[in-house]
Amino acid sequence: MTARLQLAGVSKAYPGVVANDDISLSVAGGEIHAILGENGAGKSTLMKIIYGVTTPDAGEIRYDGKLLEAHSPGQSRALGIEMVYQHFSLFETVSVAENVALCLEGRLDLPALRLRIRETAARYGLAVDPDRIVMDLSMGERQQLEILRCLMRDPRLLILDEPTSVLSPQAVEQLFTVLRRIAAEGCSIIYISHKLDEVRALCHAATVLRGGRVTGEVDPRQATSHELAVMMVGSDLPIPERPASTPSATPRLSLRGLSGRPLGLAGRRLQDISLDLFGGEVVGIAGISGNGQSELAACLSGEALCPAGQVLLGETPVGQMRPDARRRAGLAYVPEERLGRGAVPGQSLTANTVLTGYASGLVRHGMVRFAEARRRASAVIERFSVKADGPGALASSLSGGNLQKFILGRELALAPDVLVVAQPTWGVDVGAAAFIRQRLIDLSRDGAAVLVFSEELDELIEICDRIHVLSEGQLSEAVPREEATKDRLGALMTGGELGPVAEPAE
Amino acid sequence: MSELAISIFTGTLIAATPLLLAALGELVVEKSGVLNLGIEGMMLIGAAAGFLVAVQGGGLLPAFAVAALAGAVAAALFGVLTLLFLTNQYAAGLALAIFGSGVSATLGVGFGSQPIEALAPLNLGPLADLPLLGPLLFRFDIMVYLGLALVPVTWWWLNRSRAGLVLRVVGEAPGNAHALGYNVLRIRFLAILWGGALAGLAGGYLSLAYTAIWVENMTAGRGWIALSLVVFATWRPFRVLAGAVLFGGVTILQLHGQILGLPVPSEALSAAPYVATILVLVVISQNRARMALDVPLSLGKPFRARD
Repeated sequence: MTARLQLAGVSKAYPGVVANDDISLSVAGGEIHAILGENGAGKSTLMKIIYGVTTPDAGEIRYDGKLLEAHSPGQSRALGIEMVYQHFSLFETVSVAENVALCLEGRLDLPALRLRIRETAARYGLAVDPDRIVMDLSMGERQQLEILRCLMRDPRLLILDEPTSVLSPQAVEQLFTVLRRIAAEGCSIIYISHKLDEVRALCHAATVLRGGRVTGEVDPRQATSHELAVMMVGSDLPIPERPASTPSATPRLSLRGLSGRPLGLAGRRLQDISLDLFGGEVVGIAGISGNGQSELAACLSGEALCPAGQVLLGETPVGQMRPDARRRAGLAYVPEERLGRGAVPGQSLTANTVLTGYASGLVRHGMVRFAEARRRASAVIERFSVKADGPGALASSLSGGNLQKFILGRELALAPDVLVVAQPTWGVDVGAAAFIRQRLIDLSRDGAAVLVFSEELDELIEICDRIHVLSEGQLSEAVPREEATKDRLGALMTGGELGPVAEPAE
Repeated sequence: MSELAISIFTGTLIAATPLLLAALGELVVEKSGVLNLGIEGMMLIGAAAGFLVAVQGGGLLPAFAVAALAGAVAAALFGVLTLLFLTNQYAAGLALAIFGSGVSATLGVGFGSQPIEALAPLNLGPLADLPLLGPLLFRFDIMVYLGLALVPVTWWWLNRSRAGLVLRVVGEAPGNAHALGYNVLRIRFLAILWGGALAGLAGGYLSLAYTAIWVENMTAGRGWIALSLVVFATWRPFRVLAGAVLFGGVTILQLHGQILGLPVPSEALSAAPYVATILVLVVISQNRARMALDVPLSLGKPFRARD
């Protein structure tokens, strides 16, 4: 049987870096094939080559046995190759049906299209309502819509780039059910990911990339996570060290019946949130974005003000203090959005260091001490092995993972009493993520209180001493680390009912 | 109903027409994500060019055609600058407004005192002779009907046609539209031309029908009012109509007020339509949640196709 897609010796070099080096792989009809690798392993370049966005320097691509030469994305779509990007390409202000219509040729006949959408959605078990406005959809629903858009064009090869990065565990499981159904109908799927357990639960085959080369071709259902990790990272994954610690006698940060206003259109009202955070512990806030996460983070950082007594730093009521006053009082904050809120894109790393370090000796008599700031930026770059062109590099020139390391390092250099971090390892590769997690634990063991917002339950279970779930603006009881499982947290995230969360078989 | 009431009603619609035309054009431009601040300039160019044709005996229909064409040519200039050369849209729009004022003044030199025959009401035969309804509804010139008709047509085109849908998403997320294979620059350029043509037509209406003479800077800020109408009407055609009618209505009322000799300075009365329109539109655009769906999210931001 001819393979649906076959790559032989595909190479692609950019100035200074070989993105793909002699890559060969083969995907059969109806197969779910994982491309596993860290950020920068060459996954994205390879997908662009397959989809026709870039042309390889060498090697050949065969689709159903026919050689593809210098094909464009348009030709790919005509051949039945569809791609779902990591960052959604949906239009927010128009309806689901209109979004689908924009991808199809021919006359605009919305009533007929609505019917077709309902049929297709029912066939694959997608929960997509054609009349809703995309702005009102959750991340999981948007993901399903992206896939539905592709399905409406009867694809024969579907490429998914990190499709689960913003999904809840339940939504991931739903997605897998849909993908299995699609594959069962004969469509091949290329599944790009760095998440081992997902690949093992879903995929029939896996090609592991590292540094642009194939380092393994395995059946992920047979391989262990350990074997896959070694192929992907090149060494064993460090397991974070969590020395025992004694919480401080009095809380460092307290919330007393906090009920912040909803931010933005899809905002949530916080429902009477109370929490005590002690020095020496890492506390996690689990839950999917949009359940009050941004509101709670804003109330903590000072971007949103609330009645003074609802937020306490130590004994000091800070609810009415602005972010700079709270920073002076010992709070550090790493927002989820790195460019624009965590760092100013068009400014150097040195200037970005001054941005939060003004109270710690970088400003004297109203003048910035640039030499000192430069020294501190360099120290952060070195200590956190940030890949950047020195302290003068613009924040926007760093990759997401490197910028995150820099921002976190910058805040840790302030030796804060309380650190609030949102999504510490989003888009950061496995090795760097492990490093960041270890730093967070270390900070807490040095006596600071650390609060981590994350959608990744594995991460929270790994680093936190206790975990709360924030769902629909309400904070759950604390789940101690020993009792925290994905099942239990996932159930709290969806309001108590147990979703069909399947643990990957060991 | 008294003669006065009828004349206030008809005068209102006539005064609203140039605003309506210009604002409906700008609405389409802005929905595509482009902010053209130069409406005032395009209106003036249209007014002068149209008048030039009419005063030299070219006939009114060709005069309107030339007015629209001149507006579109001026807009094309803006389009090339902002879309191709990525000039800042705000700066280019302001420049167009000033440029239009200068060009039109130059074109109109020497024609200032020459009157032309104004655009006559459309002959609707027996309809115009109906009691009450005749003088109220059926004695307007064609441009008034055109302006009114464009309201539902613009709404329908934007919200029901495929081309309108594409235009809206180009205004929301041009990068995504480009990725789907839509030609963002071409769509935006066509929208800019359409906006220019309607602004030119609006200017032509002032010089060919409303006053039937050429006066330098005769638009008197109507281009700016049209611009703010679009924003305050939250990019919805029927609200633009409401705003234009309001402006027209207060314009006519204050004229009557001046004639009756109200004890208010005439400058204050002349300012009334501008103040009233902006006040009312500010109040109705307070519902932010609903507005978010109507705002073209990429408004004013340049788009450059990568690779």
